[in-house]
Amino acid sequence: MLNVRISAPESAAPGQLIEIKTLISHPMESGFRRDAVGKPIPRNILTEFVCFFDEREIFRADFFPAVAANPYLSFFTRVTASGTLTFQWTDQHGQVTREARRLTLVAGADGP
Amino acid sequence: MATNSTTTEVDVTATINRRTPCQPPPDIGRRHLLKRAAVAVALASFPIALRATPEKMRRAMRELLGSRPINEGRVTLEIPALAENGNSVAMTVRVDSPMDEHDHVKAIHLFAEKNPLPRVASYYLGPHCGRAQVASRIRLSDTQDITAVAHMSDDSLWSASTHTIVTLAACIDPYN
Repeated sequence: MLNVRISAPESAAPGQLIEIKTLISHPMESGFRRDAVGKPIPRNILTEFVCFFDEREIFRADFFPAVAANPYLSFFTRVTASGTLTFQWTDQHGQVTREARRLTLVAGADGP
Repeated sequence: MATNSTTTEVDVTATINRRTPCQPPPDIGRRHLLKRAAVAVALASFPIALRATPEKMRRAMRELLGSRPINEGRVTLEIPALAENGNSVAMTVRVDSPMDEHDHVKAIHLFAEKNPLPRVASYYLGPHCGRAQVASRIRLSDTQDITAVAHMSDDSLWSASTHTIVTLAACIDPYN
């Protein structure tokens, strides 16, 4: 299990635009580097990130070796209902890391 | 005795001082060769074939996006003009779009013309995103142009490019 950090509000007003930030600890070894004796270091990267709101996919990203180590992402979504945000990273071997956050709709909390 | 040894020392320095400024040291040719050898080794360890070219980037774009015309505009790509560390460069891409059911951004693709692999990342969005803006951190192997292409819901393509100077390149330093 990789270390994940997520910044997303716990509550939002209907129609509010929220920013979601995610960070996951991963070396994102590009496969283009060599070690001290000149041997190529094998590639080891995360290849995909998906964010779901309940069952619906709201954001997806494809990663290539040019994504920096410990991939950081910031993206937006407009809140229309209470639900669960699920974050899912997949590495090149198909290993999945999943994390979830509850988002509650609050009438007129911070305004739209 | 003490005076004798001092005299000898002075003599030695005097000889050195006399020789160095007017005559080139005899081993300058060897030094020059060593320097060239070091450059050759450095180049060989990062084969030219691995480096993308603007041509390779265009091919990668065409493979992904087909032959549709790519318009300039509607996209803002923010990357620092001078990136000190190519291993982690902050990047924000924004697309001018209402993000509603009829007119929204479907995808944003990032390309770096001189990275070993020109494709950097792709982001897939939809009307529920509300705002077409994504931020991340990317690797840049050289001073180069980075291009973002937005794929709209009407299948039109819009792009923006930014030039960035990279002082410490990613992926050529073998030790970290």
